[in-house]
Amino acid sequence: MVSITGSNDKSAATERISWLERLNSNRNLLGFLFMLPAALVLLVFLAYPLGLGVWLGFTDVKVGRPGHFIGFDNYEWLFQDDIFWLSVFNTFLYTSVASVIKFAIGLWLALLLNRNLPFKSFLRAIVLLPFIVPTVLSALAFWWIYDSQDSVISWTLIEMGLLDQPIDFLGNPNNARASVIAANIWRGIPFVAITLLAGLQTISPSLYEAATIDGANEWQRFRRITLPLLTPIIAVVMTFSVLFTFTDFQLIWVMTRGGPINATHLMATLSYQRAIIGGALGEGAAIAVAMIPFLLAAVLFSYFGLQRQKWQQGGRDD
Amino acid sequence: MPKITRRQVVQGASSLALSSAIASPMLLEAARAWAAESPWKPESGASLRMLRWKRFVKAEGEAFKASLDAFTKATGVKIRLDSEGFEDLRPKAAVAANIGSGPDVIWGIHADAHLYPNAMMDISDVCNYLGKKYGGWYPIAEHYGKDKNGKWINLPITISGNLLNYRISMIQKAGFEKIPNNTKDFLKLMQNLKKNGTPGGFALGNASGDGNCWTHWILWSHGGRVVDEKDNVVINSPETIASLEYVKELAENFIVGTASWLDGHNNKAFLQGACSLTNNGISIYAAAVRQGMKEIAADMDHAYFPIGPVGKPTEFHVAFPMMPYKHTKYPNAVKALLAWLMEKDQYNAFLQGSVGYLSHSLRAYKNHPVWTEDPKRTVYRDVAERSRSFAHSGSLGYAASSVFADFVVVNMVAEAATGAKTPKKAAEDAQRRAERYYKV
Repeated sequence: MVSITGSNDKSAATERISWLERLNSNRNLLGFLFMLPAALVLLVFLAYPLGLGVWLGFTDVKVGRPGHFIGFDNYEWLFQDDIFWLSVFNTFLYTSVASVIKFAIGLWLALLLNRNLPFKSFLRAIVLLPFIVPTVLSALAFWWIYDSQDSVISWTLIEMGLLDQPIDFLGNPNNARASVIAANIWRGIPFVAITLLAGLQTISPSLYEAATIDGANEWQRFRRITLPLLTPIIAVVMTFSVLFTFTDFQLIWVMTRGGPINATHLMATLSYQRAIIGGALGEGAAIAVAMIPFLLAAVLFSYFGLQRQKWQQGGRDD
Repeated sequence: MPKITRRQVVQGASSLALSSAIASPMLLEAARAWAAESPWKPESGASLRMLRWKRFVKAEGEAFKASLDAFTKATGVKIRLDSEGFEDLRPKAAVAANIGSGPDVIWGIHADAHLYPNAMMDISDVCNYLGKKYGGWYPIAEHYGKDKNGKWINLPITISGNLLNYRISMIQKAGFEKIPNNTKDFLKLMQNLKKNGTPGGFALGNASGDGNCWTHWILWSHGGRVVDEKDNVVINSPETIASLEYVKELAENFIVGTASWLDGHNNKAFLQGACSLTNNGISIYAAAVRQGMKEIAADMDHAYFPIGPVGKPTEFHVAFPMMPYKHTKYPNAVKALLAWLMEKDQYNAFLQGSVGYLSHSLRAYKNHPVWTEDPKRTVYRDVAERSRSFAHSGSLGYAASSVFADFVVVNMVAEAATGAKTPKKAAEDAQRRAERYYKV
């Protein structure tokens, strides 16, 4: 009996060791274990708040009061809410116009700065300036520039005799939209310019030399060498630029608070106004959640764009 | 700029030290005597945390801090005082109510205690004691202070006035000796001001203070209101439309840019001499005095809002009540502190330090010299007497707070004023927006 038990124990022990050993050498499991801490951090600090936000959008929770599940009620209300649709329109207008112009001017600046200019480093540092200044500060500066009574722009034009009364920059809906977009462009250009400049510097000069020997003109060199090689960087830069612009909050909040009559309310500012100041957390969360599909689309576009060799080389899908 | 010598600095510092050395033992004596008689004896070893909005005026902040220090010395209750901008303070107050932990007392804005009345302590004994001792509370203070069942859930310590600010010489040139007391003549005044090239203007942007104050006044002055006594939304009414028709005429005479104005714009325009008439707290005047802008300080004054067709004052002024949280471990210390702050010596110093920014909610303080030593402050004395709450004529709570925070009235008035919508359409849309909040 004893000996049988002993041998059983022994074989069980051997089995355990080999099981542990097997686990120990299982690369998949180990990989999983090593990733676990990072995954936990992501889950707790990124996925949980996001999930909670989505959940809140389905409830009527108010600041200071627990809510009940109300299904798609918030979304149904938002669907009928003119101000929500106005904010969606504003957000798209803001993002698309600002991003396109930021890209155009940013690329142009990057190309200029890539040349051999005198005071090159100094100029590059200056370009970064708008990006370094805290957003609230630059928003305050624009608040003054666009002031309804003593805007420096209006003042100059009046002094020059071109105008007889100040421009109503932020008081007229379309002027206000143009003004906040201009402020956003000013702030966003350095990011695009400097990142694209970094991309430009990775392009080997020998390619340009070869092209020049082949008789390529400047436009051809840009179109056939610079642009294709820059595409991966452009994809990243523009994705981030679109994300930042789409979710912009501070510039608008300081300059207009969404006014005049909600003409510059973005989805982010409307969400804050309703959720935090108005206390309707559920509805505010729903507005924020409504931004996710658009943001996701932007991210997926860049993700697949980056993965695709053909895109990177300036080709098209078959 | 006058040159300041080292000697002057030393002299200033020593006189300051001397005066505080004289003042503090007196304050301390009074505090000890008060603590001995007070009906509320703080728990032994009690300590409190308090959160307040960032002060507008330095002297008010200092007077308030001195009262707290004297209270600590007399009762042994340590108090930690933190401050936040009042828009950041509101979510914090809500979180404290939600989780049942955080500061023991929060000095907030508007009627936030009514959003979570169950998280508030019953301070009826303190408020009744103060009311009896100091000539009674103004009705607006009771309205903000009590919950639906008549229980006091927060201390309406002060109301901040928002009235008309005007340039004396400019309205005289426009043919008026003083601001007319009725809306009909007021329109005439605004038209004349515009004709003279010295227009006035009121904020039409999402200005939570100035914008809300004047738009509620104009709505109510013609008999319009967001809800009736039973909280039914009635903003789409002939009275509202009449007020918006009036606004349309009025706004034609505004200075350029008011559609974008936030709370700070009118201060700036007024101080630059560009704007002759606007609505504001006493801060424009205080800034003119403080910054030595003698010409403007001498040539400006304040007035009540004119009375509309309804025939009585319809002003809105902002309340800053103190919220005592039920989760406190030291309820008696909280009660003792709240009572202490409203007692004669402390409250007088507080009013004096506030130089008209903040007004009293207890009738006995009507005779405080701060209101008469500078006659330009006097109208701000009466704001608690003349103010309605933003929830008028209904009850305070979620719906009223949300409609207010979402600028429903401000947007409606701005839409009519700028011609973005007809008065009828603006009123219809406001009705729909308000109904949504009152539905729940």
